[in-house]
Amino acid sequence: MTLFIEQCLNGLQFGLLLFLLAAGLTLVFGIMDLVNLAHGSLYMLGAYFAATFAAWTGSFVIGAVLAIIATLLVGMALEVIAMRRLYGRDHLDHVLGTFGLILFFDEAVRLIWGPGGLSLPVPAWLNRSIEILPGVQYSAYRFAIIIVTLAVAAFLYILVMRTRVGMLIRAGASNREMVGALGVNINLLYTLVFGLGAALAGLAGMIQAPILTVQIGMGENILILAFVITVIGGIGSIRGAFVAALLVGFIDTLGRAFFPQILVELLGRQAGSTAAPALSSMLIYILMAVILIVKPQGLFSANSR
Amino acid sequence: MKFALTPRNLVTAALLIGLALLPLYVALTGDRFMLTLFTRIVILAMAAVSLNLILGYSGMMSFGHAAYLGLGGYTTAILSFEGVHSGFIQWPAAIAVSALFALAVGALSLRTRGVYFIMITLAFAQMAYYLASGMARYGGDDGLSLESRSTFAGLIDLSDKTTFYYLCLLLLFASIMLVWRLTNSRFGMVLQGVRSNETRMSAIGYPTFRYKLTGFVIAGTLCGLSGALIANHTDFVSPSMMFWTRSGDLIVMVVLGGMGTLFGPVFGALALLFLEQFLPALISTAVEPFNPAGAAKAGEYWQLVLGPLLLFVVLFARGGIDGMLRALSRRGADAERARHD
Repeated sequence: MTLFIEQCLNGLQFGLLLFLLAAGLTLVFGIMDLVNLAHGSLYMLGAYFAATFAAWTGSFVIGAVLAIIATLLVGMALEVIAMRRLYGRDHLDHVLGTFGLILFFDEAVRLIWGPGGLSLPVPAWLNRSIEILPGVQYSAYRFAIIIVTLAVAAFLYILVMRTRVGMLIRAGASNREMVGALGVNINLLYTLVFGLGAALAGLAGMIQAPILTVQIGMGENILILAFVITVIGGIGSIRGAFVAALLVGFIDTLGRAFFPQILVELLGRQAGSTAAPALSSMLIYILMAVILIVKPQGLFSANSR
Repeated sequence: MKFALTPRNLVTAALLIGLALLPLYVALTGDRFMLTLFTRIVILAMAAVSLNLILGYSGMMSFGHAAYLGLGGYTTAILSFEGVHSGFIQWPAAIAVSALFALAVGALSLRTRGVYFIMITLAFAQMAYYLASGMARYGGDDGLSLESRSTFAGLIDLSDKTTFYYLCLLLLFASIMLVWRLTNSRFGMVLQGVRSNETRMSAIGYPTFRYKLTGFVIAGTLCGLSGALIANHTDFVSPSMMFWTRSGDLIVMVVLGGMGTLFGPVFGALALLFLEQFLPALISTAVEPFNPAGAAKAGEYWQLVLGPLLLFVVLFARGGIDGMLRALSRRGADAERARHD
């Protein structure tokens, strides 16, 4: 039972983390109609910045804040230099152009930080376990992640649903041409949205840095998960991204933890333990295929294009 | 059909003759490495030709095409591992497995369109990737080595590199031929019609879903065969050959060469693998005069150049290599006409 609660919390934490990535992706996707494969590179940059700045300043929190600001700036620069030229083009062009950007960022990181990975130690005040329920211990760092990401999700909700900028963002997601025709400075809005997405990706990378090693190519695996979430949730819908991220987080974590046991029960020890590792990694892709087959536009489609 | 001596046709002819005469060059110079490199180019060109059929000619943006390379390769390697060495069994099996996979993936994915189609084909390819990583008996993440290359009852010996190269080249020419015949057939015309306006095609009364699915399966099957070739070429298969960045490479080849053109994918495969192979040396040479000490090291970062180069092709050279050649040919024709006037 303790294990189950712990795995549920891990699932929640992973889902919320994925939400940070997917939110930026779905915003860029929904508003600029841009497929951005380089989103994973921004996540990687966030992690590298965090590790570097934390080592320089000697403070985890200052390092984290600087990393987020740095990723925000890189994102906005990237939008002005490269992404802006891709709007309104074919999705194939987006895939290809941003694929080129992945190569560029991976290599640039290798040039700057070298081929070996970095590590960002968990700060001492979070490097312990706390008793969240009577008799249930949980890592303080992971618990802090849950709190921070929930706060960011709430901030995003207020930003998108309750402010003027958010109103423009939502309007942009449902009808871009109309927003431009009404005299909104579309270029500025796009740069801001892209920067926001980049900062969220950077935050996600920074959060993951103490848990995983900071290494080149770390964005490539998680990027695909984030895409799966945007597609399941419906492109352009932040609410959809939130629901889908939690769904994917839970299914992936619980699937890896308990699916092998279930398979062994069902198929017998031999067949079950052979099939388990492959099947538990495939679970979310199966989920995505099923959802797209039933609802080809995702769960919460922001626009019915 | 009339063949004019335009730069485009000349370059294409030179490419084909060059490919055919390559073993002669290798025999003269003893440069065995070129033979290995070109065998790889020819095999991947075949995969790119198959992707071009759906991506270039009918606008289906499949982002999971490397899965068929892996499926074809794994079918060959697994059969070899289980003691079946005959190519007469291995290759048809590789073709059948990838055809079945393409049928299932196509039937499900073609219900969606646009970005959703890109993502669902990607999801299926990832499933194949994780399936291969999870097969502990066949090496899992570490991959699986082939004990020996496919045998063909003593008819041809694939372990002879020149023979293997010519077999691959023959199959590449055959697949280009197939794509040529297909795209000029009624079937191919419908596919190209779907690319420009699917709604209109279905309004005219074509069952577009069936046409697209057929095209999708043909492309997957062809790519599965090149997978069997690549397994024989490297004597090794691993899940990483199905990772999504591999699918990205195939798309790069098609677009770099020129989408929806017959020889574009061949140019693209050649260009990408050449860049991969020779860009490091090129960068080192370029850096040498400025910083002799760092020249060798600078070459390691060749992807720093390749990445923006791709972006550049996307932004400014939509037609790829074939498009550039065509523009050159058109300019030549215009000059000719101006002279006559």
